[in-house]
Order: sequence, then C-alpha cells, then structure tokens
Amino acid sequence: MTDAKVIPFDDDHRSRGGAAQRPSRRRGAGSRRQGTGQPAAVGEVQPLPGVASVPEDDPVSGADEQAQEQVEVSAGDGSGGLERRVASGLAFLRRRLTGEYDVDDFGYDEELTDQVLMSLLRPMYEKYFRVEVKGIENIPAEGGALIVANHSGTVPVDGLMMQVAVHDHHPADRHLRLLAADLVFMLPVVNELARKLGHTLACAEDAERLLAQGELVGVMPEGFKGIGKPFSERYKLQRFGRGGFVSTALRQGAPIIPCSIVGAEEIYPMIGNAKTLARVLGFPYFPLTPTFPWLGPLGAIPLPTKWTIQFGEPIATDGYPVEAADDPMLMFNLTDQVREQIQHTLYKLLVQRRSVFF
Amino acid sequence: MLVTGVARPLGGRFVRRILRDPEVDRVVAVDAVPPGHHLGGAEFVQADIRQPGIARVLAEAGADTVVHLDVTGTPLGSGSRATLKETNVIGTMQLLGACQKSPNIRRLVVKSSTNVYGSAPRDPAVFTETTPPKSLPSGGFAKDTVEVEGYVRGFARRRPDVAVCVLRFANILGPAADSPLASYFSLPVLPTVFGYDPRLQFVHEDDVIEVLRIGSHEPRRSTLNSGTFNIAGDGVLLLSQCARRLGRPTVPLLLPAVTWAGSLVRTLGMTDFSPEQIRLLTHGRVVSTDQMRETLGFTPKYSTAETFADFVRSRGPGLLPPETVARAVDRIAALPVPGGSHLPTQSANRGALQR
Repeated sequence: MTDAKVIPFDDDHRSRGGAAQRPSRRRGAGSRRQGTGQPAAVGEVQPLPGVASVPEDDPVSGADEQAQEQVEVSAGDGSGGLERRVASGLAFLRRRLTGEYDVDDFGYDEELTDQVLMSLLRPMYEKYFRVEVKGIENIPAEGGALIVANHSGTVPVDGLMMQVAVHDHHPADRHLRLLAADLVFMLPVVNELARKLGHTLACAEDAERLLAQGELVGVMPEGFKGIGKPFSERYKLQRFGRGGFVSTALRQGAPIIPCSIVGAEEIYPMIGNAKTLARVLGFPYFPLTPTFPWLGPLGAIPLPTKWTIQFGEPIATDGYPVEAADDPMLMFNLTDQVREQIQHTLYKLLVQRRSVFF
Repeated sequence: MLVTGVARPLGGRFVRRILRDPEVDRVVAVDAVPPGHHLGGAEFVQADIRQPGIARVLAEAGADTVVHLDVTGTPLGSGSRATLKETNVIGTMQLLGACQKSPNIRRLVVKSSTNVYGSAPRDPAVFTETTPPKSLPSGGFAKDTVEVEGYVRGFARRRPDVAVCVLRFANILGPAADSPLASYFSLPVLPTVFGYDPRLQFVHEDDVIEVLRIGSHEPRRSTLNSGTFNIAGDGVLLLSQCARRLGRPTVPLLLPAVTWAGSLVRTLGMTDFSPEQIRLLTHGRVVSTDQMRETLGFTPKYSTAETFADFVRSRGPGLLPPETVARAVDRIAALPVPGGSHLPTQSANRGALQR
C-alpha cells in the first residue's frame, strides 16, 4: 500500500497512455468539438421535424459524440474523418430515436453512458474537481471485484466521480456498477439516470448477481451516515453498515478493493441539519451549508476542491471456506480491516495534500 | 385433460395445440361462455367455474391433468372488474376444491403472473422465484394472482401426490394478446410517468403455449415440471425504447397526475388502468429465468425484443414510425455534406438498423 504507484494526472500522460486503447473516448471528442465538429452537428439536429415530442436524453450532445468503432476506423484524418464522425453521430442519433439499442437486466445503457452521460460528467471531473487517480492498477482487468469506498459530500457526487475515474483510466475498459440507496430509486429523473448509468439498489441480491456476472461493483457502506455527517467530522469513517458487503464478496469469492476519496468532504461543508424539514420531505437529512439554502440555487454550487481517489491493494476473499460468509466474527474482522485500510489511506492522503483547493 | 378459460384466444390456441400431442387422449374445454373460435375437436362444456358444478364436470371428465388458464387481467367482452375477480379467486377456489375430491388427478398447471412480485423502488432489480415482495400488491389483478397462488399452495400441501406447476408469466404479448399492457400499447399516445423509465419484460404467446405444454405433460429427462417458475423472454426493454420501436409518442405526466387520471378512467369504466399497472409503468419489473431454463428445461423461442417486434408488426405503425424517423435522420445526413463520399456509410448504417 505504501508503494502504490502514482499516476500523474496530466494530459500528456493520458493521451500517450490511453490513445493506444481508445483514441476517441476520452479527450478526442471534447477537444475536437470546439473546432469543426460542433457547428455542423448541432446545426443538423435542429431542423429535425417531429422529433421534439420524442423524449431524447440529449440529442445535441449525442450527435457530436462519436460511435466508437467508426472513429477508430477513421483515426481522425482530415475531412473524410469529420464526415465519418458526423455520419456516425447521426447513426447514433438514429439508433436512439428508433429505440434500437440494448440495455441489460438492470437497465444499464452502456451506449448512452459512454457517449453522453460520461461526457457530461467529465468536465466536472477534469476541470472542476481536477481528480487525481492513484492505484488504478489495483483493479483487476477481469472478473468480479468489489470496490469499497468512503462516502462524503452531502450529495453523492463522489460515487459518480469514482465511476468516471474507473471508466476513463482503467486500461481494460471496465465499467463500475454502483450500488445506490433506495432513495435514489424513489426520486423521479434521478432513478432513471441512475439505472441508465448502471447503478442498482444496494441489496445483497443485486450485488451478488452483478459479481457473479463478473462485473466491477462499487459500494459505499457508510451510506447516509457518511454522506450526511457534519463538517466537523470530516474524514472520520462512520460505521460500515452491518458488513453485508463482506459476506457478499465472500460468497462470490470476489476481491475487495478499498478506495479512499479525498476532496469530496469539502464540496458542501454541512454546518447544520434542518431535521424537521428533512422529515417533511422524506429525506434522511437536509443540509445547511454556509451558502445553501441562503443563496438559493447559487448556494447549491459545490466548492471547487481538489480531489484524490486512491484505490488500495485488493483483499482476497477466495481463500476462505464456503461457510465463511456466515461467520460473523470473520465478517467483522474483514470489515474492520477494510475500514482501517481506507482510514489510514485517507490520513496519508490528507497529510500529502497541499491545500483543499489546489 | 381439463382446460379452463378456453373462450379466450390463448386458451383456444392451447386446446388446439394440445390435441395434436399423442399423449393426450381427450380434452374437455370449460368456460362460462361459448368460445368464438373453434376448439379443434375438443369437447366444450359450458360451466361456470365459480359454481360447484365444476366438480361434477371434473368427475365426469375423469381428467388426470387440469390446466387452469382462467386467471386473467382483462374481462372478456363486457364483464366488470368484480366478475373478473370472482372468476379469478372464487373460480380457483372451486376448481381446487373439485380437484381435491378427484381421485384421478395427477397434475395441475396454473397460469399466474409476475405481478405477484409487485413493483417498488425498494425491490431488487431482478426477482427470483423466492424473492419476497417488498410491498404486496394492494388490489387489481396482481392481488388476485397473489391470492390464487396462496390457494394453490394450500392445495399442494393437502394433495402432495399431485404435481403442481405454477407458471408466473411476464407480460404476454403477441399478435392476439389481450393483456392490459397490450391495450396500453394500442393507445395512440402513450402516457408515461415523468422521470421514470421502467424496465419491461415480455413473453410471446407461442412460448406461453409451449411452456404450458411442458407443464402439462410428464417431465422430460433431467427436468422437473412441478414448482413455481418465472417465464419471460431474454433481455429487457425500457418503456422509452418500446414507445420508439412502436412509433408512438409519449406524454410524460407527473406521478400524482397519472394516478388521478388512472382513477378517473377507472371510474368512467373505460379501461382497467389499475394502480398495479401504473406501478409497473413507474418502477418496472424484471424476473430471473434461471429456474425456467435449468429446472423446467424450457428455452423461449422469442426474446423480449423479438416478442415486442412481433407485437409491433401486428399492430401497424403509430404516429411516428421508426422508419420515418430514421429516414428523416438520413435526409439530414444527406443535406449539409457535399459529395457522395459518405454514402457507403449511410447504406452500412441502414443495414445495421434493419438487422
């Protein structure tokens, strides 16, 4: 853990290291868009008649994004490349409008996530929070694994940032499937987006099913206790639920990867909690920060903190006998081990941090 | 063999199909009203399964297999919801009572529905046969199925010598389907719940007939056909995908408005747009079909998407046919870029679309 490899987070490295695998997905579309791609694509989408009534998730940004395989063929050479990109963007638009795309049993829409939702989150990830990722090599290239992370920040942005981190940095193109609280699936719009991003309800059944399919599952066992804790308790890990994530990992023999996220605690410093209002609205807490709700919607803008996400060394769980999942002592020990490792890494990262914002 | 609910297209098809099987000597088809379609030579007995007379019919028929298909969500003709509920619940009670008295019966197949799982945001994403529902259905067809399954479980306890097969079907679609969801998809404009995109699963009528046959015969080698099984096609479609493939525009409404409109429609008696239906169209439902494959040994011919495609073909185009939308996109693609260098890509795209 102490010798975790540090991946510098600069553009040079990314384009050199990542271009070999996926030339288009990370930066290509974003930087080229300002040049020639955008005016053509956007101009074309607008005159589309009769499409307005079809709810489309984001046709405009969808159009200037690229269908991956076609971009790889084009490799960005001159006007032919642009034409093909426009054509593939329109092909993407047409697939969306005619419903010819696939989702899995959990409602995960891989195409929409890759082409649209990730590129909406990426500016926040790259420009706003300037996330630095360490230890991505600790995530196995294949097979099920359970990433366990700390949870903070009043609004669960940290989960989304972790998803972008895995999506953009992992060499094997892995997708993180997050487990979310039931509140997420009760709220309109939020639940729809969460399902399309591949999130599902944090319950043992879903987690086991995903791990059995060999997916990478992300869980934040602190839950509302972690995300809704006051600012004075920042970076103090709360109780890790009932340790259900350990028995799930044990049952599937999936390694547990501890993950520490620094920076999310300070995006909304929660100095108070309007409990009565929270109860009326049916939320677990209602945050009061120095700016929210006093400044209205302006106060809901998160502070631009500098983030670090560190994936720790995996803890193997396949060496245990079958009945180990029902051994409460072992479960508590493993839970504590994971918790300690995350807490230690948090402290270490905090010591290394120059300032909250830089 | 005795089959109930034959006045419906599905029951009629099943009777006609089962008559061709060599294991079946004689089929007694029962319903309260005479069927509008022919039954392919099966004996039709007009009997109301809500009446004790069904016991006499069963005794006279001497059937060793009973296939109970009269558990349905849509009334036949001008029946009301109350009669439907009576047929579903009281009818099942009477039929099971008759079965319990019958010394000949060896096998019972009951058509149920995945409605028994309900539909709630706190449910796991995929239901297995053993998943307990987080919120029991409060009324409508879903509650009927829960009650029917309860009586069937009681019967199975009292008659352990009878092989009982409960088939929980996902939404049945097909050219002749008369399920509530089929009538929903026939609306010119689909009202949806704003901010929710439910996952739906369908099963094709042909697969329904096939799996009913498997349930009503002796199990094949290394399979077991008694127990409870989820029956659904592979894969999942989102409601938004369904609407686009069907070519019907959607009108997102806020959840309270949908609930209110649903109760208004129900009061006016236009259609049975039940609260269960609204919850399905809000939260969706996906079931695991591992048991169906491994224990029952059945692999559906149609996936969810293929079932829906077949349904779309039978319904004709909506207001916004996907082909028109695709053509509109093509036309835009042809507009701004001069020269024909991207034409090969276009035809390739068209090929990909029609696949």
